[in-house]
Amino acid sequence: MLPPFGGNRMKAIEAIDITKVYPNGVVANKNVNISVEQGEVHAIVGENGAGKTTLMKIFFGIEKPTSGEIKVFGKRVHINSPREAIALGIGMVHQHFMLVPSFSAAENIMLGIEPRKRFFSVDFKKMESIIGDYAKRLNFQIPLWEKVLDLPVGVKQRIEILKALVRGAKILILDEPSSVLTPQEVNDLFEVLKRLVQNDLTVIFITHKLNEVKQIANRITVMRNAQVVGTYENKDVTETDIVELMIGRKFEYDIKREPKEPGEILLIVKNLNYFREDGAHILKNISFSLRAGEILAIAGLEGNGQKELVEILTGLREKATGQILLNGDDIMGSHPWEIRRAGVSHIPEDRVEVGCALDLSIAENLISDRFHLNPFSTRLVYKKKHVIEFAKKMIKEFDVRAKSSTTMVRMLSGGNMQKVVVAREMTNSAKIVIANQPTHGIDVASSEFIRKKLMQIRNEGKAVLLISTDLQEVLQISDRILVLYKGEIVAHLRNENITETDLGYYMLGVKRQSEEQIKESVNL
Amino acid sequence: MSDFLNPQFWYSVIRVSTPLFFGVIAALLSSITGTINIGIEGMMLMSAFWGTIVGSLAQNPWVGLLAGIVSSTIMAVILAYFHLKLKTDLVIGGVALNLLSSGLTVFMLYAITGDKGSSASLKSFIIPRVDLPLLKDIPFIGKVLSGHNALTYIAIVSVFLINYLVKKTPLGIRMRSVGQNPDAAVSVGISVTKMKFLSLILSGIFAGFGGAFLSMGYVSWFARDMTSGRGFISIAAQALGGSSALFGAFGALLFGIAEATGITLQSLRIPSEITNMLPFILTIVVLIIYARSRIRSHSRIQEQ
Repeated sequence: MLPPFGGNRMKAIEAIDITKVYPNGVVANKNVNISVEQGEVHAIVGENGAGKTTLMKIFFGIEKPTSGEIKVFGKRVHINSPREAIALGIGMVHQHFMLVPSFSAAENIMLGIEPRKRFFSVDFKKMESIIGDYAKRLNFQIPLWEKVLDLPVGVKQRIEILKALVRGAKILILDEPSSVLTPQEVNDLFEVLKRLVQNDLTVIFITHKLNEVKQIANRITVMRNAQVVGTYENKDVTETDIVELMIGRKFEYDIKREPKEPGEILLIVKNLNYFREDGAHILKNISFSLRAGEILAIAGLEGNGQKELVEILTGLREKATGQILLNGDDIMGSHPWEIRRAGVSHIPEDRVEVGCALDLSIAENLISDRFHLNPFSTRLVYKKKHVIEFAKKMIKEFDVRAKSSTTMVRMLSGGNMQKVVVAREMTNSAKIVIANQPTHGIDVASSEFIRKKLMQIRNEGKAVLLISTDLQEVLQISDRILVLYKGEIVAHLRNENITETDLGYYMLGVKRQSEEQIKESVNL
Repeated sequence: MSDFLNPQFWYSVIRVSTPLFFGVIAALLSSITGTINIGIEGMMLMSAFWGTIVGSLAQNPWVGLLAGIVSSTIMAVILAYFHLKLKTDLVIGGVALNLLSSGLTVFMLYAITGDKGSSASLKSFIIPRVDLPLLKDIPFIGKVLSGHNALTYIAIVSVFLINYLVKKTPLGIRMRSVGQNPDAAVSVGISVTKMKFLSLILSGIFAGFGGAFLSMGYVSWFARDMTSGRGFISIAAQALGGSSALFGAFGALLFGIAEATGITLQSLRIPSEITNMLPFILTIVVLIIYARSRIRSHSRIQEQ
C-alpha cells in the first residue's frame, strides 16, 4: 500500500519559491511553492490572472522564472524550452490546441519525431503501429488519417494527449481541458485521466470548474493574486470553500430567476438556412421566436452552428436564407449597423478580436456604438468630457477594475474586458441583446456578475438570446432552452426540472424531440 | 497557329520556363514556412552576375555556377538574419535586397568590364547542353525534350525531388507545420526560427540556380536587370500551385508558353514592347481567375 498523497511519496514536479515578473512589471507568480506527487491528479484552481497559466508555462519551458527553482523527480532542473521540458518527461495539453489543421491526426501526433524509412521519407506504416500501441492502452478510438480540421474537439484533445504520451511524458499538464467538452465527454476524459494515473503518470489539471475538481482531483492547489493560498486534500474542502479561497472572501450564488410572464414577441426567425462557403449545410430550418422579458438560451456543443447563427442574426455573415423578423421587418441580409439601429445589440463570442478595439481606451470602447450621438458629440467634434463622465459611471456600475477610464483595453484582464463589452451592449437603447458565450473563459466572480446583469435586463423587459456551451449557466438563468445539434434545433425545453445530463443527451444528438414539440418554440 | 505544332516552339517553352522552374521552387520552399521570399528576383540577378563573371575569370562555367549560387545564398542569409534575428519586415527586407542587387550588379559590372549595360566584352563560358540518348531519336518529343542545357534537366529533376521533400519527408512535414501553425511546431520542440532560416537558405540556393541559368545558358552574358521580373512571376506561379511543386511547375510552364508566344509573335512584326508584356498580362489574368475561383467568405468580420 502506497502512502497517501501529501506524505512521503515521490515528488514528480516541484516549484520552490518561484517568482515571475514580466518585463512590463506585472508580477504573475510570487514565491510560489507547489509539490505534485507521482501518480496523483493535482488540480490547480484560481481566477483568471491568478498565475496558474504562468506557472504551467514555467513548468513547460515557455517562460523562465525570475527567481526560484524547479525540481523534476527530485532533480533540480532549468527548463529553457518546451523541447527540454519534453525531454524531462513533461507534456502539456494547451487550452487552445496546438495542432496543424490540414495534417492528419497521425502526422500531428508524430510531428517532429516521425519514423523514417529509406530515402529519408516518413514511414507512415510504422507511425500507425506506434500510435496504435498507445491508443490501445488508453482505449482510444482515433481516425488516424483524417484531417484534424474535420475532427470533433473531444478527439482533438485525445490527439493532444497522445502527442504528449508518444514523446514519453510522465507528467501531463492539462490547461482547462474540460472547457470545450460536453458532460459526457468530460466523463470520458476523466476515465482517460484515471487510466493515465493507473499507468503511473502524473496529471496536473488546471480548471475553474469546481465540480470537476471535486470529482477527479486527489489534491487541490488554490492560487490567488499570483500566490499559492494552499494545497488541500480533496476530501477536506467543499466547493464553496474552494471558491472562497479563490476569491478571498465570502461568496454566495444569489442569482434568482423570478417567474415572469414574458411580454410581446420581439424577434421571429423563420426557416433560416445557411450553406457555408464550402457548401456545408450549417443551419437547417432554424425557427424560433423571442419575447420581451425572457432569456432564451441556445445550448449546444461548440461548432454546431451557433457562431454562424449569431453572425447571421447580427448581420456579420451574409448569404443565409429565410426570414428574421424584427418588429415585422425582415432584416435578413441587412448591414450590422442597420440591425443595431433597429434595436439588436450583440455581445460577441470573441471579445478580443470582435468585441473591443484593444488599443483604444475603456471610455472609447464604451461609446463605440454611440459616439456620433448626443451627448458624446456634436455634428463635428466629440465631447471628451461627456465621454469620460459616462465612462466613469459605467466603470462603477459594471465593476470594471482598471486604473482609469482612459486605460487601454488591452491592459485589462479577460473578465474586465468582457465587462466593458457588456456595459456597452446593455446600456444602449436596444430591446434585444444577443449574448454569445458572455462568460466563456472568465473568472467566477465576473461570470456571476455578468449573469446577474443579464437577469437584471431581462427583468427590466429586454429580451436576451443567450448562446452558451456552459450548461450550468444555461440552467441557472434561462427561461427557455433550444438545443442546437449539427445545425438543427433538436429540442425546445422550458427550464423546469431539467438536468445537465438531460441537456447533454440532446446536445450529443442521442435524443431529439418530435417536430411538434419543437414547433412550439415558434408559435409561443 | 502552325507555330504551336512546331517542336521548336515547345523546345523554347521549356527553355524559357527553366528559370521559372527554379524560381517556383525557391518561392515554394520559402512560402511553406510562411516566410515568402520577395527577394528571389534580386537573388537571381546576383547569381546571374557573379555566375558569368566568376565563370569567365575561372574559365569554367561550373565554377561560375557555384559562385552564382554562393552569392544568392549569401543574400538569403542576409534576409534571414534581418527577418529572423532583427525582426525586420520580410517584404521590406526582400524589396531592399532587390534594389541592392539591381544597383550593385551594375556598379560591379562597370568596375570590372567598364560597361554599364552588359558583360559582352568578357569571354563567357556556358553550362553545356545535353543530348538525351534514346529520347532524342523519338520524333517531335525528342526535338522538344532533348538538347537542353544541363541546368534545365537539373530544374526538372529538382521539381520532383522538392515535391517529394515537401510532401513525404520529415523535414517537409516540419517545414509545413511551421508555416501553418507555428505554435503547434513549438509545442513539439520544432524550432520555428531554424526551419524558417533553412527554408530561406534553400530558397536562395534555388534562386541562384535560376539566375545562373539566365547568364550561362539562356544567353551567354550578363545584362543589367536581366531577370526582368522572373522572380516575381515565379512567386505568382507558385501561388497557383499551392503547396505542390508539380502544380507550381505547371504554372511556370504556362508563363513559359506566354513568353515563348511573345517571342514567336515578334517574328510577325508585332513590336517587342507589346509581346514582352504577354507574361505580365497573363500574370494579371491568372491572378484574377485564381482570386475569383477561391471561395469568398460570407463573413463580414475580417480574418485576423
